[in-house]
Amino acid sequence: MTGIPASLGLPRKPPGTARQGLGATGRLDDWALAPAVQAILFTVCATYLFVSGILFTPLLGTPYEVDGYLSPLFSPLFRPDWLPTWISPGLFILWVPLGFRATCYYYRKAYYRFYFADPPGCAVGEPSLHKRYAMETRFPFILQNLHRLFLYLAFIPLFFLWIDAGVSVVHDGQVRLGLGGAILFVNAFLLTGYSLSCHSLRHIVGGQLDCFSCSRRTRVRYTLWQRLTSLNLHHMAWAWASLIVVTLADVYIRLLAIGAIADPAIRF
Amino acid sequence: MPDAHLRVFRGDSSTEGRFEEFDVPVEEGMVVLDALHWIQGHAAPDLAVRWNCKAAKCGSCSAEVDGRPHLMCKTRLSDFDLEQTITVEPMRAFPLIRDLVTDVSWNYEVNKTIQPFTPPTDVPQEDWRWQQEDIERVQEYRKCIECFLCQDVCHVLRNHETERPFMGPRYLVRAAGLEMHPIDQADRREYLKDSGGIGFCNITKCCTEVCPEHIKITDNAIIPLKERVADAYYDPIGWAWRKLRGGDAESGARAELPVLQGNPPQTDEAPD
Repeated sequence: MTGIPASLGLPRKPPGTARQGLGATGRLDDWALAPAVQAILFTVCATYLFVSGILFTPLLGTPYEVDGYLSPLFSPLFRPDWLPTWISPGLFILWVPLGFRATCYYYRKAYYRFYFADPPGCAVGEPSLHKRYAMETRFPFILQNLHRLFLYLAFIPLFFLWIDAGVSVVHDGQVRLGLGGAILFVNAFLLTGYSLSCHSLRHIVGGQLDCFSCSRRTRVRYTLWQRLTSLNLHHMAWAWASLIVVTLADVYIRLLAIGAIADPAIRF
Repeated sequence: MPDAHLRVFRGDSSTEGRFEEFDVPVEEGMVVLDALHWIQGHAAPDLAVRWNCKAAKCGSCSAEVDGRPHLMCKTRLSDFDLEQTITVEPMRAFPLIRDLVTDVSWNYEVNKTIQPFTPPTDVPQEDWRWQQEDIERVQEYRKCIECFLCQDVCHVLRNHETERPFMGPRYLVRAAGLEMHPIDQADRREYLKDSGGIGFCNITKCCTEVCPEHIKITDNAIIPLKERVADAYYDPIGWAWRKLRGGDAESGARAELPVLQGNPPQTDEAPD
């Protein structure tokens, strides 16, 4: 395509008069409150999930499956005979959801604010160490562009999470409607919502088209794009709900496994 | 109703500037711009304020009220606690001209670097046929009134002097409107990646928060453009798929145009 060449540079913006320095702002509202709450919640969940998925079992021998319930952090369970006991089977799985969430457009917004203060809030000054700003144009943050690859991979454990939830309904030859099974179903549902509301999926399904009405194929993709767009509007809610529930699901199954609680269930 | 206590920035590019305080009588429905007009009429006739329509459509009266970018004609005094001082400052991302007026001309220079609307040369305009669903996305971007509040709040423009300039959310919205136009033929992805600096945007959504037209700038313009750039440059699976199909770096979507079927394309060799 001809036209203005890509090499045409933008004019350099003349400097403004914004306050500089971490937290410098004219804002009077509690701009730091939401990032602070998010930081605490995210850090607690992420740290727990890492420790539980990678360290608990090798260090403490805590089981991650009990009575037909498998912790979602270990699904699909890959535990070959040659695997030493000091390596958690979660290692084979966790990098997928970790990569998916780390490169997620919503979480990027959140953690750039609360971990990197880049910016700490809208119209709020940043630390001076950000002067050599390159963000997603250079390593490591340029890797955020690989989000769609993690999206493809994330559907593999998601498929097995539904299988696990379904399998948990039958135990010892009986149908079991237990709280653990309900948690696994809710977990699979929320993770499905989180995955389907992904910005990259929305793009791949239909957003990359310029013409929605041009053919039957593009009209089908347009319909799918509309559905995913309605889910995408609530991507933040899906992200938090699924993160919290996957954490609680693991906590519940581990507490069951060590006998700290019992699973209320109807059996027939 | 109590008086509003306003603290207004005064100064020009040759001075550091200062804040002057004014008590303004408040009437029902008053906006910040009304208060500034009262100040101009009663206390400081030389106060510089850029405004035009007073209907939130011209995008002229952008400023920062209590530290947040706002259109002053759309910001009601009743939204504030009138017991507290209301601070009005110019947009901080741009050079100051005087008082509340800033020099936003840089934005227009950026605009000139974007390849304009590029329809196919071989399809007469009367044969263009698109449906509402094809153009809805673009219509959202076209709501932009160029108030530059998004540019003002964008931390890349506000806080970072980068080695390569960043075009900012306003012009990513414009580029999105062109890229997603059903009959536009240009491919601006290389421009967006290399010149426009789309990678500098770290999608913190401040632009979306301040847009007076409620354009979902980040979700509907910037992220889709980032994904289009990823299509071309950061998707090994897509690259392999295109190689297998024998396609080039452009998405297959570009092959389809909403034009009237059955009319042969006109060529330069067509008889007069």
